Amino acid sequence: MTALDKTKEAELVARVKAGEEVACARMMTWAERGDPRFAVAYDAFHADLGRARRLGITGPPGAGKSTLVERLALHWRGLDRTVGIVAVDPTSPFTGGALLGDRVRMGELSLDKGVFIRSMATRGVFGGLARATDDIADVLDLNGRDMVVVETVGVGQSEVDVAKSSDLTLVVLHPGGGDTIQAMKAGLMEVADIYVVNKADRPGVDRLVQQLTDILDVRDIPLQDRPPILTTVATEGTGIVELAGQIDASLAEREADGRLAGRRGENLRRRIRRIVDGRLRQDVWELAGLSERLDQGTAGLESGTGASVSAYGLAEEILSDYRERRHGETQA
Amino acid sequence: MSIMDGTATENSSFESWKKAYDSAAQRDVSFETVSSEPVEALRTADDIEGTDPDADIGLPGQFPYTRGPYASMYRTRLWTMRQFAGFGTAEDTNQRYKYLLEHGQTGLSVAFDLPTLMGYDCDHPRALGEVGKCGVAISSLADMETLFDGIPLKDVTTSMTINSPAAIIWAMYLVTAKKQGARLDELGGTTQNDILKEYIAQKEFIFPPAPSMKLVVDTIEFASKEVPKWHPVSFSGYHIREAGSTAAQELAFTLADAFAYTEACIERGLDVDTFAKRHSFFFNSHVDFFEEIAKFRAARRIYARRMRDKYGAKNPRSLMLRFHTQTAGCSLTAQQPLNNIVRTAWQALAGVLGGTQSLHTNSMDETLSLPTENAAKVALRTQQLIAHESGVANTIDPLAGSYFVEDLTNRMETAANEIFDQIDELGGVVEAIEKGWFQREIGKAAYHFQRELEAGRQTIVGVNKYVENSEDDTKIETLYIGPEAERQALARHKAVKAARDESAVAAALKRIRDDSRSGVNMMPAFMHASETYATLGEMVDVLREELGTYREPPSF
Amino acid sequence: MEQPIRVLIAKPGLDGHDRGAKVVAAAMRDAGMEVIYGGLHQTPEIIAEMAVQEDVDAVGLSILSGAHMTLFPEVKKLLDAAGADHVLLTGGGIIPPDDIDALQAKGVGRLFGPGSTLVELVEYVQAEVGRRRAAAGSA
Ligand SMILES: Nc1nc2c(ncn2[C@@H]2O[C@H](COP(=O)(O)OP(=O)(O)O)[C@@H](O)[C@H]2O)c(=O)[nH]1
Ligand SMILES: [Mg+2]
Repeated sequence: MTALDKTKEAELVARVKAGEEVACARMMTWAERGDPRFAVAYDAFHADLGRARRLGITGPPGAGKSTLVERLALHWRGLDRTVGIVAVDPTSPFTGGALLGDRVRMGELSLDKGVFIRSMATRGVFGGLARATDDIADVLDLNGRDMVVVETVGVGQSEVDVAKSSDLTLVVLHPGGGDTIQAMKAGLMEVADIYVVNKADRPGVDRLVQQLTDILDVRDIPLQDRPPILTTVATEGTGIVELAGQIDASLAEREADGRLAGRRGENLRRRIRRIVDGRLRQDVWELAGLSERLDQGTAGLESGTGASVSAYGLAEEILSDYRERRHGETQA
Repeated sequence: MSIMDGTATENSSFESWKKAYDSAAQRDVSFETVSSEPVEALRTADDIEGTDPDADIGLPGQFPYTRGPYASMYRTRLWTMRQFAGFGTAEDTNQRYKYLLEHGQTGLSVAFDLPTLMGYDCDHPRALGEVGKCGVAISSLADMETLFDGIPLKDVTTSMTINSPAAIIWAMYLVTAKKQGARLDELGGTTQNDILKEYIAQKEFIFPPAPSMKLVVDTIEFASKEVPKWHPVSFSGYHIREAGSTAAQELAFTLADAFAYTEACIERGLDVDTFAKRHSFFFNSHVDFFEEIAKFRAARRIYARRMRDKYGAKNPRSLMLRFHTQTAGCSLTAQQPLNNIVRTAWQALAGVLGGTQSLHTNSMDETLSLPTENAAKVALRTQQLIAHESGVANTIDPLAGSYFVEDLTNRMETAANEIFDQIDELGGVVEAIEKGWFQREIGKAAYHFQRELEAGRQTIVGVNKYVENSEDDTKIETLYIGPEAERQALARHKAVKAARDESAVAAALKRIRDDSRSGVNMMPAFMHASETYATLGEMVDVLREELGTYREPPSF
Repeated sequence: MEQPIRVLIAKPGLDGHDRGAKVVAAAMRDAGMEVIYGGLHQTPEIIAEMAVQEDVDAVGLSILSGAHMTLFPEVKKLLDAAGADHVLLTGGGIIPPDDIDALQAKGVGRLFGPGSTLVELVEYVQAEVGRRRAAAGSA
């Protein structure tokens, strides 16, 4: 076995396919960090992807997503399906560091080789959160996982994008978790394929279900397209069998009527767009040396010795620098 | 008007003092307590203007008990000097008890090892390497019988530091005493049995909060009917403080826990005056001398008021908060360990001036290992010196009326009431635990203190000031618990299991399961099972299946 | 781009005194690291498994129960067996000097006793992980 750091792309791919955990973990690190080796490896394995079922789970913090994921995973293990989980937590806006605690919630899965859990911070990710979670989900697919779940906190657009980038999106809410208005603001209502009202042991479940129904009524969605609303008590495992059943049924239905293929195509297009966006940005800022240009243009501002700078003017200058450079390259 | 005039009248006015004070240089330190509470240079009568000498301070043995639960306090009886002990095998600990009793100690205290605290027998895989390390291993009644061999339980009081499996361990103790010929109603002692603070701070929990609370209420009910001299729960702030809380948090969280148990007992249908009179508390005595004294005094006052006004307690004994104190283990340093003797001495003094009913003084070597015999003796002597030489036990609540101490006491009460409101807003203690609120608050305080320390805004002598770099800084004799304890415990455990009547054990375990499902008081089933030598692990396993296990929410 | 250090902080064994682990986790976060908090009462098997799946640079264990001579070597053995011998295993607790020497001889990194500072700990992990990354030829 070659030491991980010296492993070539093709060998690592083979080791991931063979189900080796350290290899799988390292491939994920490549993906997360935007290591160029990941793109090389990806070319070698993309044709093997697509077997796994991918779920996005999102919802407000504390709704019980992680607990629910653990329960679902235990259920799937009982059906002899293997599971991969990506748990995404916010990064501290102040220090760039992160404390990732979701694994603690999933303690019962820890020793089961049939379950692979990976924690991820929202930042420190190169080229956007959804780009990284897509890649990591692919690694789990390659690694032979039957069910791949990505958990994100439904607080911002990028997190909601992550949840959408799946075969099926679950939105988890809980009574007493603030208004459904909050969830609507976060854009959660649009992405749900299944609503889960968790903590059904708490007062206020019926009201929350009613609120959801009302919102769907108002939005005038045809009955057959309406996301089902299921209630669960994740801590006790109540409603998990029904939820897992609904997940399978929704997936089967979408596979049969072609919606699944359509969605995967759509996801892929969005993903390529993201990659291009990311590369472009990298091109502009790093490869063309424009970060330095920005620094020069604003030098002396902090110390108070520089002249005032027009934000629009400097931005235009940077862009025209870029255009010139690119023009030069295409001429050469 | 200048302070330079120096006339008597002007100097006696507050303004001129203030001027003089402000014009004087001040040391470049932050004048704060160890809890990061600012402390003023001077307190005067103005600062306690709103304090009613009768209603708020009162007299010892009288409502609101600010000055002490008893009228005569230490003039009748000194506090109980209770040193925690327990390590290795039951035989070793039994020897230590006999030694301590011979040296004038008046109560026994049992520390259990971690497998016991977590409900595992000594032969469980998770017990590997931990048997006998931090206390004595009790896997079945046989170990309990060995532990108290030759010690008549009706003549001593025993304090047991046990929580999650407390009901079962207590059942074993009661059976041991009965086998010695004692009656249950003559047994005195305390089981810590405060599960709420486990979720909050010490984290040695097994079952989820709600069923755990039910077990605690079972022990309170059983004690009030069958073992009336026992203190079935010791509401503990000690561990909350050790986990890094401030003094006010320790005070408020502990009292909030006590009130939560009180409410649970009332819900069970118990009359508050039948059980509240056996309530006992366990506080930390930390380094900030006056802050601690104020905390103890405030605790009595808050408790008396709430028990009377909110829970309708009438019996004076239900209103008076009595407590055990332990000096702060977390304040001791591995560096220059002899300094720990001095720290412990004034912490103990704060406990005494705060009116404690019993006291444990830490040994100087506790950051390094379990106490050696010598270190344990010095710790006990520290209490004896305070009791018999310092003179502080002669006058009851000698600090009452001090502007500073009364003001601090008032502030403690205010801070605690604010925290009670926050807990109520969160939906009560159990809810706040499940939300990780307490854990987060304590974590923040601990992290804050550590950073203050590293920034030099808090001082620990020998750690960030007056540091000695010599190698043998930390070299004092320490106690080593070898693998021998584990081997002996395993051998006895095997022998016990080989000799017992398996069908009786199976029937007793089935009864535990049945009783757990039907919701009756579990104590009789635990005592019955103990008699058959069913093991701790076997009983807890049944409960794990019936009640579930708890994992704490990650909280930062 | 400087890749953030990933650390697993966990408490093996049965004791629940997580003050140290929590304070250290917070300090490492504030130093810009990604800290995976592995929680309480974990077995060596679970800790090693977490470390492998998370591809961490370092594992920090807090042990106050006296079981360090059993737990550190066990975690180290399991990490090595899983192909994660590059992971720095460090930690703290009440560990006598002789035991520290014995553990370091078995490949465990620096161990931090009572009175160690957060700064020392953070700097050690940064330096040691930096050294290992450089030696492995990865950024
Ligand atoms: N009462 C109740 N509590 C739950 C339920 N599901 C989860 N919880 C608790 O809610 C808290 C947050 O759960 P977690 O899974 O971490 O939520 P997440 O932030 O959405 O991942 C934890 O304390 C759980 O034990 C439930 O169905 N009922
Ligand atoms: Mg979560």
